[in-house]
Amino acid sequence: MHSFGYRANALLTFSVTALAFICAIASFSDKFSNQNPSAEIQILNINRLKKQSYGNDEVSLTLDISADLQSLFTWNTKQVFAFVAAEYETSKNSLNQVSLWDVIIPDKEHAKFRIQTSNKYRFIDQGHNLRGREFNLTLHWHVMPKTGKMLADKIVMPGYSLPDAYK
Amino acid sequence: MGWIGETVDSIKSIKIRQLLTQAITLGMIVTSALIIWKCLMCVTGTESPVVVVLSGSMEPGFKRGDILFLHMTKEPIRAGEIVVFNVDGRDIPIVHRAIKVHERENTGHVDVLTKGDNNDVDDIGLYADGQFWLHRHHIMGRAVGFLPYVGWVTIIMSEKPIIKYILIGALGLLVITSKD
Repeated sequence: MHSFGYRANALLTFSVTALAFICAIASFSDKFSNQNPSAEIQILNINRLKKQSYGNDEVSLTLDISADLQSLFTWNTKQVFAFVAAEYETSKNSLNQVSLWDVIIPDKEHAKFRIQTSNKYRFIDQGHNLRGREFNLTLHWHVMPKTGKMLADKIVMPGYSLPDAYK
Repeated sequence: MGWIGETVDSIKSIKIRQLLTQAITLGMIVTSALIIWKCLMCVTGTESPVVVVLSGSMEPGFKRGDILFLHMTKEPIRAGEIVVFNVDGRDIPIVHRAIKVHERENTGHVDVLTKGDNNDVDDIGLYADGQFWLHRHHIMGRAVGFLPYVGWVTIIMSEKPIIKYILIGALGLLVITSKD
């Protein structure tokens, strides 16, 4: 009953249980944080709206993105992954979401930013439905904790539209 | 002469009973582990409710050796979700983020394009030849929670199988030689 084997076993079981409990509590504490992020996106310029050689429409645009995500950071946050997606509807597809730009925010200091950039990922449609198309720009964020449950949310900014003709 | 026969019999009977009890206890432990695993599969709705991160393509968020808890619901796949998928013909699951989603009207069929956060290009190179999109049946689950470092045990055991044999041998030895 007092051999090394039994003691090691009991110690290991207890420490694993205690660690699991602490991780669960750390994750639970995230529920109590007060979060009010804000963001604003402007389209500075629509650079190109063209039809690719094999039929799909493609847009290239320059965005001005400013956001304040500082309130999302808690002591249990490892990083926040934020991305801007264009969301629109076409006759063939009830929902299209295309990610245009993303960033990994490692800490609170970097969480308030303003950046002007062209789209990091190509905005390509399944078809040629983009002329005159209205779309929403949504800033999504994904809080990745040091341990526990991840949470994701978004801000939807409607009212953007593409030109009526190829350019 | 009679009592020798008696002693031998009694020794034999104790040994057999003890052996049987130990075998049944072992069987119970293995079966309850299996029951817990199957229940987890039911609750989370996926074939493998826990996966180990094997590559560095989602750093710094998920490092090699972290474990992810998966959950799969009937809700549609949306951009930004971290999905675990199998490519046709390969059986190692890949954990990446969905960056493009196109959902068809009426049928609910989705085309999904994924990319690892730490990769420069999207996953088209990882898909099967001629495949440009992932569909719902490729996706095993969404990552909803994670624990750091715990997965190293699995990685070590699969990359150096000798350790797995040593561990199982030691455990077996412990079970047989323990007095109860």
